[in-house]
Amino acid sequence: MATTHFIVHDKADTVGVIVVENVKAGETLTGWVMEGDGTIKVKALDAIPLGHKIALKDMQPGDTVMKYGHDIGKVVKPVAKGRHVHVQNVKTKRW
Amino acid sequence: MAKAPAIIRKRSKSVGKLPFMGYRRENGRVGIRNHVIILPLDDLSNAAAEAVANNIKGTMALPHAYGRLQFGEDLALHFRTLIGTGASPNVAACVVIGIEPGWTGRVVEGIAKTGKPVQGFAIEGNGDLKTIEAASRVAQQYVQWATEKQREECFVDELWVSTKCGESDTTSGLASCPTVGNLIDKLDPLGATTCFGETTELTGAEVECAKRALNKEVADKFMATFNAYQDVVNRYKTSDLSESQPTKGNIAGGLTTIEEKAFGNFQKIGHKTKFVDVLKPAEEPAKGAGLYFMDTSSAAAECVTLQAAAGFVVHLFPTGQGNVIGNPIEPVIKLTANPKTARTMPEHIDLDVSGILRREMDLDEAGDRLIDITIRTCNGRLTCAEALGHREFVMTKLYQSA
Repeated sequence: MATTHFIVHDKADTVGVIVVENVKAGETLTGWVMEGDGTIKVKALDAIPLGHKIALKDMQPGDTVMKYGHDIGKVVKPVAKGRHVHVQNVKTKRW
Repeated sequence: MAKAPAIIRKRSKSVGKLPFMGYRRENGRVGIRNHVIILPLDDLSNAAAEAVANNIKGTMALPHAYGRLQFGEDLALHFRTLIGTGASPNVAACVVIGIEPGWTGRVVEGIAKTGKPVQGFAIEGNGDLKTIEAASRVAQQYVQWATEKQREECFVDELWVSTKCGESDTTSGLASCPTVGNLIDKLDPLGATTCFGETTELTGAEVECAKRALNKEVADKFMATFNAYQDVVNRYKTSDLSESQPTKGNIAGGLTTIEEKAFGNFQKIGHKTKFVDVLKPAEEPAKGAGLYFMDTSSAAAECVTLQAAAGFVVHLFPTGQGNVIGNPIEPVIKLTANPKTARTMPEHIDLDVSGILRREMDLDEAGDRLIDITIRTCNGRLTCAEALGHREFVMTKLYQSA
């Protein structure tokens, strides 16, 4: 089986989780969508560490980030597909 | 019912039972360890308790920071935690040492209800040295009595299993927490008693969690408990908690928000199992077999100490970035799906399920492997945390002392 670089929980998710070390900007990554056992490809625009998230679509401030098929927070800075999604561009809606 | 795990299928005579070798206690409960503990009532009695444990080999002191001038619900929790710890089926016998006889006696009486050997000693009027001698003589009798106890065949319907995750990252939600969930879904139909907690760590997933309650009454009790803890956070917070919940370690591991962490945490209760009741911290389950939610802090040592005091005898702890926690009386089994943690901290990891992320192992197989290492731990195999001497015993304190 070809290397799975990232995993997506749910078809509705807008982010995937990098599950290999040393992903570099410019690499085309293969993702496994667990719901429905699908495969997608996304070009990484940043170096993204193991366990960190990659954007699966372009997102604008105020957009809701979806993971596990659920709302996990809001976008606070524009994010392009393939970028690293983390505390620099996403915040909690709670607390 | 879940597909039976391989370990059950191999033992056709025991289908639906899943045997292990445990210690049956005077009250009928089953333990997997045979400790003789020296339990201080309060901070002042730690030195004497540790001296007794040093005198009498095979005993263990459980020093802690509190027990003076507490009142109200905070004092009730202190007593519930100490009595529950001494009453644990993993404890064969217990010596209690306190600064004065009144509260020491309350703890002794509470533990004595189990029928196990327990005796209390007070320091005032005697001093440390006389107390240590008297307590040491009793501790020696207890340990020589306890070490003759034999394990006997028990079944998983008598096993109480707790779970809590720590230093989580995204691999926890992808694989190690769902592995625990797979085990819960397999052991629940076999009659196991199980427990999850971490009230604030369900923030964002609380509505989904409430849907997993057995009925509306339990769901309402869960939401009331959840909202009460949110009130505490809102009363004392000075920021959005973005370095405490999620923690710095969580963020380093890729978790961005509490909502994301909550949905990962929530994977630990599987997909089918319903929870039958909501417990106060350290409260013993009273509704028979099944999954229970306990109102706890999300700090690892506080949570496991409360679950152990409620009578849970073995703990499942998924970690992402590598939390190293153990507990003195409840063995803590650690699993990780983070390949880097498995590689860099192998002495802390009892089960590596990183193969799920490489698609070399599916969740069902990972769940079976976790059942296998859990049963082996129940049979006597020391966990990594036990071998390394991790004995984090941390009392939960609700507010200031008087």
